[in-house]
Amino acid sequence: MERVDPAAVMAPPAQQTRSLSEPIAFVVMVLALVIAPYFFYPMFVMQALCFALFACAFNLLIGYGGLLSFGHALYFGWASYIAAHLAKVGTISFPIWYGSPKWHWATIPLPPLSPELAILGGTLAGGMLGLIAGTLAIRRQGIYFAMITLALAQMMYFFALQAPFTGGEDGIQGVPRGKILGVIDLADPTNLYVTVLVIFLVGFLLIYRIIHSPFGEVLKAIRENEARAISLGYKTDRYKLMAFVLSATLAGLAGSTKAIVLQIASLTDVNWPMSGEVVLMALVGGLGTVFGPVAGAFIVIAMQNYLAQIGQWVTVIQGTIFVLCVLLFRRGVVGELANLLRIRL
Amino acid sequence: MSEFILETEDLTKEFAGFVAVNGVNLRVERGTIHALIGPNGAGKTTCFNLLSKFLQPTRGRISYKGKDITAMAAADVANLGMVRSFQISAVFPHLTVLENVRIALQRKRGGSFDFWRSRSVLDTFNDRAKALIADVGLTEFTDVLAVELPYGRKRALEIATTLALDPEMMLLDEPTAGMGHEDISRIAALIKSVAANRTVLMVEHNLSVVENLCQRITVLTRGRVLAEGDYETVSKNPEVREAYMGTGDA
Repeated sequence: MERVDPAAVMAPPAQQTRSLSEPIAFVVMVLALVIAPYFFYPMFVMQALCFALFACAFNLLIGYGGLLSFGHALYFGWASYIAAHLAKVGTISFPIWYGSPKWHWATIPLPPLSPELAILGGTLAGGMLGLIAGTLAIRRQGIYFAMITLALAQMMYFFALQAPFTGGEDGIQGVPRGKILGVIDLADPTNLYVTVLVIFLVGFLLIYRIIHSPFGEVLKAIRENEARAISLGYKTDRYKLMAFVLSATLAGLAGSTKAIVLQIASLTDVNWPMSGEVVLMALVGGLGTVFGPVAGAFIVIAMQNYLAQIGQWVTVIQGTIFVLCVLLFRRGVVGELANLLRIRL
Repeated sequence: MSEFILETEDLTKEFAGFVAVNGVNLRVERGTIHALIGPNGAGKTTCFNLLSKFLQPTRGRISYKGKDITAMAAADVANLGMVRSFQISAVFPHLTVLENVRIALQRKRGGSFDFWRSRSVLDTFNDRAKALIADVGLTEFTDVLAVELPYGRKRALEIATTLALDPEMMLLDEPTAGMGHEDISRIAALIKSVAANRTVLMVEHNLSVVENLCQRITVLTRGRVLAEGDYETVSKNPEVREAYMGTGDA
């Protein structure tokens, strides 16, 4: 008797699924996010959106470039400091040295900036830090790459702890939300939610475009087989650095937005557990999937918010989920789902 | 133009005191298939890595088309038209066969740093990619992930990817390693056809493949050139026989 493999019959051609499953999933995601604030605490959803963008930015690097950064809190956290400072104080002071034995402080007197400029400033800061850290880190591979990113992030953590403008243990509190372009008042919860949703969607679509661009194709090739990519004439270091800077910039966008939304920038966001948390989010959702990091971020943030009453046990549960993921769901929630349905997500 | 496309002079590579390649003078004539053979550990692959610039030589000089490439980066050598393959099949496993070949064709655009553009701009390469895939007999696998191909087909895909760059010179590292008879003859025929208007330098263990394909053979042992010539000359050389068979082998 002839047996027909149902999977072979059901599975449509690869090209067709690629053009349909992702747009459908995107529409579902947007609809869910539009109605989410009616069902959940809006502040939770906005916080989760910031982390979702952060996780997507991180996933761009590991899921598509094969580069495990263990210091992504650096870009997220420092961008939130810069954005918070620009929105609250504005004035920038930095030490310069011109020959004499003493350092001098140069000051650029700025008024407190509007939220869009503060976010822009934070995002650019994330990108600049990514350029510096990336230039150093991409010289090494695998675990050494991860260690260098971690070391640089910890260095900047201690800098954040000591630098006067970050407020040390207190962080920068009471960051004003202000008005976008002087018109849209973010004190209004609806305006704030829409703004965060738009920033998230713009970041998400940009990442989607990067993944599906000529650059993204080369990046995936480098992830798959770097030596072969070199032998085809690609200067892989430049592509990896580009991916690193893009990832850091988008992590910076997420961090800056979070500073405006939660009105605080603190040491938590630059410390190493934050770098670990973003790894967890991407892993739970599914590395190398487009929607996985979003799902992962919502799962992790939901656990932290809704299981908060059980205190320290949240960490234990997170650890257990991490272990289960590695052992049983290596593709993550979205990755396993996509594999089950034989589609791309 | 010189009749030798690739020349080395006193090419030497030492690893912490161990001399893997020792003063090799290699000259590859334009338009030939040149084989590099030798027993295990003779330094063939190291030699390959030196030529393709994946390793820096300790001493010596490499020139390609009369140009000194000793200090060049691996990617730049590829861009000059000398493209290598690898001992283990070098494909991009989780890309489709079409995408694998298109990555190489994409080189024609120069650097692909345009992350803001849709990859649909690459569709212009699809026809050429499909033609190359047909050339190596992989048409039916066009949309299959490379990881799912059988081993011999992976090697064919690798050759298609290399050909996509239209290289003047191909360095093939054991193109038939680990293959069954049928695959070997298919790959050998493929190499012969693509070598019609290019130069090929290949490391090969299978002597019947070497005999049928290669006009010139260099034998390496312990990092040194032992003999050089056509198959007839080399196979009669007593030192070569000894290196391959061993003296105690009665």
